[in-house]
Amino acid sequence: MGKAWKFGENLNTDEIIPARYNLTIEEKELAKNVFCEIKPDFAKKVQPGDVIVAGNNFGCGSSREHAPVAIKGSGAACVIAVSYARIFFRNAINIGLPILECPEAAAEIEEGDEVEVDLAVGKILDHTRNTTYQAQPLPDFVLKIAAAGGIVNFLKTHELEELL
Amino acid sequence: MGTLVEEIFSQKAGRKVEAGEIVLLNVDYIMSHDNTTPLAIKAFREIGKPILDKSKIVIHFDHAYPAPNVQAAENHKKITDFIKEQGITNFFHRGICHQVMIEEGFVTPGAVIIGGDSHSNTYGALGAFSTGFGSTEIGVAWVTGKSWFRTPQTILIRIEGQTSPGVYAKDVMLYIAGQMGMDGATYQSVEFTGGYIDALPMHDRIIFPNISTEIGAKCGLIVPDATTLDFLAKQTKAAPPYRLVKPVNPHYHREIEIDVNHLVPQVACHPDVDNVKPLSEVEGLAIDEVFIGTCTNGRYEDLEIAARILKGRTVSPYTRTIITPASVTIYQKAIKNGLIDIFHEAGCTIGVTGCGACIGRHGGLLAAGERAFTTMNRNFIGRMGSSEAEIYLGSPAAAAATAIEGKIADPRRYQEVL
Repeated sequence: MGKAWKFGENLNTDEIIPARYNLTIEEKELAKNVFCEIKPDFAKKVQPGDVIVAGNNFGCGSSREHAPVAIKGSGAACVIAVSYARIFFRNAINIGLPILECPEAAAEIEEGDEVEVDLAVGKILDHTRNTTYQAQPLPDFVLKIAAAGGIVNFLKTHELEELL
Repeated sequence: MGTLVEEIFSQKAGRKVEAGEIVLLNVDYIMSHDNTTPLAIKAFREIGKPILDKSKIVIHFDHAYPAPNVQAAENHKKITDFIKEQGITNFFHRGICHQVMIEEGFVTPGAVIIGGDSHSNTYGALGAFSTGFGSTEIGVAWVTGKSWFRTPQTILIRIEGQTSPGVYAKDVMLYIAGQMGMDGATYQSVEFTGGYIDALPMHDRIIFPNISTEIGAKCGLIVPDATTLDFLAKQTKAAPPYRLVKPVNPHYHREIEIDVNHLVPQVACHPDVDNVKPLSEVEGLAIDEVFIGTCTNGRYEDLEIAARILKGRTVSPYTRTIITPASVTIYQKAIKNGLIDIFHEAGCTIGVTGCGACIGRHGGLLAAGERAFTTMNRNFIGRMGSSEAEIYLGSPAAAAATAIEGKIADPRRYQEVL
């Protein structure tokens, strides 16, 4: 269980982590500046298990993997959004950052709500509001990558062909 | 039967592929640069398997090159050590990755190319499927030679008419971005077609797939034609035969018609690429820095338009004007033809070839409260330095006019040289 941090529509990768902080690839270092442009207190106050809630096209902009890595490094448990930009979606899956698509939850959960997420079944509980939501199921091959904890781990013991 | 992306995928897969299908395809080239390669190396080391075919790997130094600080230098060293260790020969520091990929002949019709950079969509201008990936997948492709793709649906954008003097391909594409929005084509392929595109030279065509990224597209494509073949022969190191794939009885998810006959110069205003207005609505806004360059508008013809406007004039004393040729090849041609002299005499500063100020690392950062007018494709908050700076996007001609006047200016005022 964690606190919800609410963001808007079309949140871009520069807002997640500006390019000037991308010279490192260490997730804890990147996490120090995550969302610094739009929620300057996030990096200091985020607690393990907190949840990012946002609108549509989350993570649009550059291909920088530093963006999902920075979020993962912050300790946030997952992202719940209406939709994701395509490269961010792939990157998050590949590096093992859980992401859920759930327009209802994204609309109704407010900043500071106590939120619990069961990633295995995509169930989202807002304890502050006493509401539950069901996120859209992820495709099978995506679940295979997620189950392995990311594409790198998957490839340690599998061939890429086994995804399909 | 299929759209251009379906036909390219079908040819690669050796069977018919339709939108919605997940396919695993052999990729022709795997591109990355100094910003995205370090994480790819990390993934590669963790996977612990060898590179499948090093001739498919192309690595560029362009994002923070030459190193503006020690951290960037460490990155360059790490990548160079890796390149030496693995014996990778496709290694370039000749300018912006996308421009160099085209010049060096890696981009050909029908090819499947992945790039560790979101603007890898650019190569679609030559009829190649290309898209941006994150670093981990670049490392995965080094090892497997393959990537998975969800075959995208296609939006057809048919552009007809002729732009009037002072209105350029950049204005047309910004107008489209404004109409479609930042998620207008998410996960989809966009095919640009119509009489306007047919008549356009390659340097202008490139702008459409390049900015397709900003409307969320997986790829932006233009069907290869005589212009493509002529460009490949004269301006690149590519050699035929090419896979001249074309759409066959395609089914489009959506079709959009655009008439550019009456289009006026456009500007994408702070802080989003789809916040597009006619230039006249922001004309006169004071500008602290003008930046002409990038993978969108740093080509020779872009510099030539700027030079025509700047020739014999001087830029405003309080408007820093930075011009960065997209590649060494372009830079050499600009020197040879006197463009660089014109810029220097006008009071401009010539930046190092590469991405420069566009990613806010070096070469013209902005202070809080400053406003820039640039030929870039992205104007997000904080992109060029301070998060309290504003970025406006337009054509090279509008940028040159703005530099002279120190405020956003209509390039059509310089019509006699356009």
